[in-house]
Amino acid sequence: MTEFSSGTLTGKNLHLSFGQNHVLRGIDLHVEKGTTASVIGPSGSGKSTLLRVMNRLIEPDQGDILLDGRSVLKDNPDELRQRIGMVFQQFNLFPHKTVADNVSLALRKLRKLPKDQARAQALEQLDLVGLKHKADVRPANLSGGQQQRVAIARALAMKPEVMFFDEATSALDPELVKGVLALMTDLAKGGMTMVVVTHEMGFSRNVSDTVTFMDAGVVVESGPPEQIFTAPGTDRLKGFLSDVL
Amino acid sequence: MDLLEQLADTFFNWEEMAKVIPALLAVGLPNTLILAVASGIFGSLLGLLLAMMGISRNAGARWVARIYTDIFRGLPAILVILVIGIGLSPIAREITGSRNPYPLGILALTLIAAAYIGEIFRSGIQSVEKGQLEASRALGFSYGSSMRLVVVPQGIRRVLPALVNQFISLLKDSSLVFMLGLAASDREIFRIGNDAMANTGNLSPLVAAGILYLILTVPLTHFVNFIDNRLRTGRPEKKEPDEAAAPIGKGAQA
Repeated sequence: MTEFSSGTLTGKNLHLSFGQNHVLRGIDLHVEKGTTASVIGPSGSGKSTLLRVMNRLIEPDQGDILLDGRSVLKDNPDELRQRIGMVFQQFNLFPHKTVADNVSLALRKLRKLPKDQARAQALEQLDLVGLKHKADVRPANLSGGQQQRVAIARALAMKPEVMFFDEATSALDPELVKGVLALMTDLAKGGMTMVVVTHEMGFSRNVSDTVTFMDAGVVVESGPPEQIFTAPGTDRLKGFLSDVL
Repeated sequence: MDLLEQLADTFFNWEEMAKVIPALLAVGLPNTLILAVASGIFGSLLGLLLAMMGISRNAGARWVARIYTDIFRGLPAILVILVIGIGLSPIAREITGSRNPYPLGILALTLIAAAYIGEIFRSGIQSVEKGQLEASRALGFSYGSSMRLVVVPQGIRRVLPALVNQFISLLKDSSLVFMLGLAASDREIFRIGNDAMANTGNLSPLVAAGILYLILTVPLTHFVNFIDNRLRTGRPEKKEPDEAAAPIGKGAQA
C-alpha cells in the first residue's frame, strides 16, 4: 500500500439531538495519526451518527472536532469532507456512472484535474483494490464485495487524511466479507488513520489499536483491544460481548 | 348503402384530404412542433426549478412551488391559454411590437407544462436513495454540486417515461392555441384541419389532421414503453462472482 499523509482526529464532548431524541451525549474520541479506532456497540447506540457528526454531514449541537489539533468546526464543511474519506454500509456508488468515473468524479470536479489525469489516478486506485479491469462497467454489474472495494477506492482517490468505515461489511454476503476486511487491514497497516464502526469483532480485536464501546449515545468503555475483549470493566460491555461473540 | 357512402364521404373524402395535406405538412406540422418543443424545453427548465424549490429546505420556496403547481395543474389548459394569451397581449405588444399571439401561446403552454414536469422531476429526484446525496457530500461536494452531478441525473433518468408522456400531452394541447386567433402562417395542425373543414363543410380535413397527430404520438407512446422496459430491466450484463480469495493487489486481476 502507498504511504498516506494521515492526520490525527479528535472529537470532544460531542452532543447531538434529533428533537427529543438525544443521540450523542458527550462523546470523546481520539484517533492518533496512523492508527485505527474501532467503534462497537448495539444498534441505535449512535455509532454511525458519530461518524456523520465527525465529518459534519450532521453538525453537532455541542462539542468540538479537531484535525491535527486544530478545530475544524469553522472550516467550510465541504473542504473538511475532502480530507475525510467515508465508506458506507450500502456502498452508495453512483449507479449512472462507470466504476472509473465513480472514482474520478471528485478528482475532476473538486481537485480540478484534467480528465485523462483524473482517469489515470482512478485506475491507479482501482488497481490497489484489484478492480482495474472493471473500470468501464457500471456498479450494478459488480458483486457487493467488488462494489465496496470500488467505494473504498473512490474515497482513497481524494488522498484523505482519515478514513471512516460505517459498517462497511454488514451488507455483504458472508463469503465477500473477507476481501473487504483484508483491504481495510491493508490500509490500517499502511498507516491510514481510520475510524471503523463495525460488527466484525475479529477485525476490531485484531486490527484496531483502540476500541470504543458505545451504548445509548455515550462511550461506556474504551481502550486497547486486549483490555476491551479480555477484561471488560462494565456489565454493559460484558453483556454486549456475550451477545455478539 | 347511401348512408354508408355518405359517412365515407364525410370522414374519408380523399380529395378534400389531399387538398389539405400540403398545408398540414408545410405549415401545421412545423408550428405544432415548435409550440410543443419550445414549451417542452422551457417547461422542463421551469419545472426543474420548481422541483428544486419543492424539495428545498427553505419553507418559503416550497410554498411558492406548491401554490404554483396547484394553480396550473388545477386549471383547464384552455382557460390558461385564453387568460395568458389575451390578458398579456398588451404587454407582449409593448415588448415585441407585434400583435402575434404565438409567443404567448408558447408561454401559456410552458406555464402549464412546468407545473406537471415539476411534479415529475420532484418525484424522480425524491426517489433517489438518500445515500447517494450522502456519499456525494462525504466526498466533499456541496449540496448544489451533489444535486447537479449525482442526484438530479439519476432522478431524471427514472422519470423519462413520464416526461415523454408529458410531451405527448403538449403536442395535443398545442392545438388549443387556435383560440388566440393565429395568423395564417402560424396555424398549427388542428387549426388548419379545422379551417379546411369550415370552408368545405366536410370533416375529412380534420380526420387528416387527426391522423397526423397519431403519426406523431403513437410512436412516442411506444418509445415510452421501450425506455420504460429498458429502465426497469437494465442492461442485461451478468454479474461476476467476487474474487474474494485474492482481494488485494495484482493477484486479483487474473
